[in-house]
Amino acid sequence: MKAIETKADYQKYVDEKTPNSPIWGNLFKAFIVGGAICLMGQFIMDYLTTGVGLDKDTASSVTSITLVFIGIFLTAINVYNRIGKFAGAGSIVPITGFANSIASPAIEFKSEGLVLGVGAKLFQVAGPVLVYGISTSIAVGLIYYLLK
Amino acid sequence: METKKLGKQSVKLVNPPSIAATYSIVGPKEGEGPLGKYFDAILDDEYWGESTWEKAETKMVKECIGNCIAKVQLSNSDIDYLLAGDLINQCTPSCFGSRETSIPFFGLFGACSTFTESLSLGSMLIDGGYATNVVCATSSHFCSAEKQFRFPLELGNQRPPSAQWTVMGTGSAMLTKNGDGPYITCLTTGKIVDMGIKDANNMGAAMAPAAVDTMYMHFKDTGRSSNYYDLILTGDLGYIGKEITTELMETRGYNIKNNYNDCGVLIFDKEKQDTHSGGSGCGCCASTFCGYIFNQMQAKKLKRVLLIATGALMSPTTAQQKESICGIAHAVSIESNL
Repeated sequence: MKAIETKADYQKYVDEKTPNSPIWGNLFKAFIVGGAICLMGQFIMDYLTTGVGLDKDTASSVTSITLVFIGIFLTAINVYNRIGKFAGAGSIVPITGFANSIASPAIEFKSEGLVLGVGAKLFQVAGPVLVYGISTSIAVGLIYYLLK
Repeated sequence: METKKLGKQSVKLVNPPSIAATYSIVGPKEGEGPLGKYFDAILDDEYWGESTWEKAETKMVKECIGNCIAKVQLSNSDIDYLLAGDLINQCTPSCFGSRETSIPFFGLFGACSTFTESLSLGSMLIDGGYATNVVCATSSHFCSAEKQFRFPLELGNQRPPSAQWTVMGTGSAMLTKNGDGPYITCLTTGKIVDMGIKDANNMGAAMAPAAVDTMYMHFKDTGRSSNYYDLILTGDLGYIGKEITTELMETRGYNIKNNYNDCGVLIFDKEKQDTHSGGSGCGCCASTFCGYIFNQMQAKKLKRVLLIATGALMSPTTAQQKESICGIAHAVSIESNL
């Protein structure tokens, strides 16, 4: 091996030395788990519309609330992080992952009190998702309004 | 004036202090690892009866220092200086863990290089005639470090293969003027080396050039060959950093393949414990040395060890501002005989 002199050479050398994440395996796991969470949502939705007889809007709200509850419950009993380690984006993208991203800082920063701990840090992870999610929906809404 | 300086970055101690005793406390995961039986105390959980991780780490520092002093049947009033550091902002576990000791205190920050930083400064204090007994302590806690540097523990995310696992561990070493070894004979103080790595999930690669620089300067300053040592041990480079260090040393003309290892590689079982590229954190080097290595030196299985703790000098803010990671490494030569 030749001596490494520059930062660029070192970066290149490190890139070669550093193993990549197993992308195909990760994609497959994300697909299975993400799909399973969505399937569960669909079952709840179908049960609420055909079984209970709720109208579609109410049923979709209740479905979201149920999934959020499940996400937070699994976070509280130290299970959701294990699912996340296995599934990656498969359990981050669905609404259960959003619930996890809010519940986990709440648990973590409880020790700093309800105001500066839980209150201030609650959206530490989910904050950017909200900011850019809401901003994007406003932009898309405006485009839709103008085109209509 | 008689100079103790050796070459550019090294010091040869004229009155080499002895390491009279060490004490180590680790968490449950480290206790289950390959070095488990060498640690003085293994905790059952991450809290140790405290309400927060930070308090648990503080208790680890406090108990580790106290038990180390007790091992040599001295009391706090016999200790001239206490040098301690950790990873948490403002080094609070070290400060709070030391507040009831009434020992003159220097708080140190050298990221994960803190353990050899404290041994270096402690040795100089004794060699210079400023102290008879010095306690050097270093700690890190997986949970408090994750909280400060990364994401909440309950967040369901993945770690890349190059990521390392912060060790929950504390190590204390008692240095004394009049002992019978193992002796601290030479020190090489590292300079900051930044090769431009920005990935906080690849600390081994960020710190390896600093380890290489210090190791190289140590050999050059002291005139020693790499075979002089039974073991050359870096602090927490992990598997990737270890490989890089071995290869970079080779390009500089030193073959260290047979007598080089890394605490981050030794402390966990990579396959069974799912620790990716190995252990990290300043407690990694401290607990591995104070538990395993010191035991091997006392049993005369290792006679000459070059301990090089490696640090990544950065903060979450500098990482967010896209600054690269500064590396640092300090080498301490520890020998059974003079």
